[in-house]
Amino acid sequence: MNDDNRSIRVLLAKVGLDGHDRGVKIVARALRDAGMDVIYSGLHRTPEEVATAAMQEDVDILGVSILSGAHMTVIPKIMARLREESADDIIVTAGGVIPDEDIDKLHELGVQKILLQDTPPDEIVSSFRALVEARGER
Amino acid sequence: MPKPTPSLELVPQARAGNRRAMARLISRAEAGDDECRPALAELYRHSGRAHVVGITGVPGSGKSTLVQKLAQDIRASGRTVGVIAIDPSSPYSGGSILGDRVRMSELAADAGAFIRSMATRGTLGGLARASLDAVDILDAGGYDVILIETVGVGQDEVDIVKAGHTTVVVSAPGLGDDIQAIKAGVLEIADIHVVSKADRPDANRTVTELKGMLSMDLQPGADIWRCPVIATSVEPKSGIDDLLGAIDRHREHLASTGEIEQRRRQIAGNRIIKIAEEIVREDFERRRHGQFDDLLERVTGRRTDPYAAAVALLSALRENISHEQA
Ligand SMILES: Nc1nc2c(ncn2[C@@H]2O[C@H](COP(=O)(O)OP(=O)(O)OP(=O)(O)O)[C@@H](O)[C@H]2O)c(=O)[nH]1
Ligand SMILES: [Mg+2]
Repeated sequence: MNDDNRSIRVLLAKVGLDGHDRGVKIVARALRDAGMDVIYSGLHRTPEEVATAAMQEDVDILGVSILSGAHMTVIPKIMARLREESADDIIVTAGGVIPDEDIDKLHELGVQKILLQDTPPDEIVSSFRALVEARGER
Repeated sequence: MPKPTPSLELVPQARAGNRRAMARLISRAEAGDDECRPALAELYRHSGRAHVVGITGVPGSGKSTLVQKLAQDIRASGRTVGVIAIDPSSPYSGGSILGDRVRMSELAADAGAFIRSMATRGTLGGLARASLDAVDILDAGGYDVILIETVGVGQDEVDIVKAGHTTVVVSAPGLGDDIQAIKAGVLEIADIHVVSKADRPDANRTVTELKGMLSMDLQPGADIWRCPVIATSVEPKSGIDDLLGAIDRHREHLASTGEIEQRRRQIAGNRIIKIAEEIVREDFERRRHGQFDDLLERVTGRRTDPYAAAVALLSALRENISHEQA
């Protein structure tokens, strides 16, 4: 029994009103094809639901996709709930449409990586691997 | 980088109902970490209180949708509920998209419900071990009812639903004319049959066929559990209360007839044997190197035969083991 059984677990989450999940589904397939276990939240989840699901599923990475521009209200709520659930060791990434001026603010909130809408799936795979490696054992 | 919390330190937290501690322990159990074995052993000693319900049925039969509604009814009856949803992994990459949770989103914000998705990857037999470890963890963590959803194909998955106290088999109308439970070889293991999607016009036929099937082996006797066939639909919601009623009646039946003791023995026995087989298999994988390549050469060159080679391999392994133990 060894580490071979361990694969990276990811929760891909759609928060709020926007109803597009084509992009997320493409990313989900790319991650699966790279050997990861991907859980998809479904559309229209609340920040609290997403953080609780990430805690229960004990994912390595919570990838939040936001196209609606609501990231500055959504992300702080997610981070707060993760802290409440003592699950702030979970890596949070944000993807979708995010204006330049918010990128630093999101990093300050604890978002470890921002993957804008046109990031190729391969690059998402490799940055997820790098993030988990950098975190180390937990 | 903070050091990982030792699993044994998570045990008291898990037993006090801390969901984060349970979630971490499930991951370690899934990874097969030796480090967490003593913690799981401790939790096992404190489990055995929950009612465990296995739910199986062919892909797309409506299991996840049903689990969500059932779980909500369990919550409404004042009980807490844990859900373990098992989804197949891709045979190509080993990765998976675990989609069951999408259908359970109405439970997401409920502190009395815990949902965990699991992939089928891993060594043969490993899935059953890991998912039953997860059941123990949720059980010791105080969840009253634990639902395990799994697609009813493959021995491993059948072993998992059989590890429930109550087994529910879901068939849907219109998924082919055969009774799906027979096709999947799970007719006999059902304590309760569900025909899902009862809002569809062809559901009645499936109900009638199943009932006909079951009436063939009806034995008389007051103590005999008669497997009910329950039609359920989600929209409009119907039959879910009957299903929960049947699950509760089955639990009472097991208790009042003393059958529960038999089931517990059977479940424990299966688990011991499965784990022993897994250990032997892993041991074999680890040790066979060395002799194996040489034997392979000889079998390929037809200087010996596969049976003789297997016997030779095993006796070499046994010798190795007894040297190690000496
Ligand atoms: N008409 C009708 N459709 C339903 C009902 N329950 C589920 N479905 C539909 O059946 C499909 C499969 O439902 P799921 O709950 O995902 O089925 P499942 O058995 O969990 O599927 P897998 O996990 O993929 O094996 C979905 O499109 C559901 O919307 C129902 O009561 N009536
Ligand atoms: Mg399902």
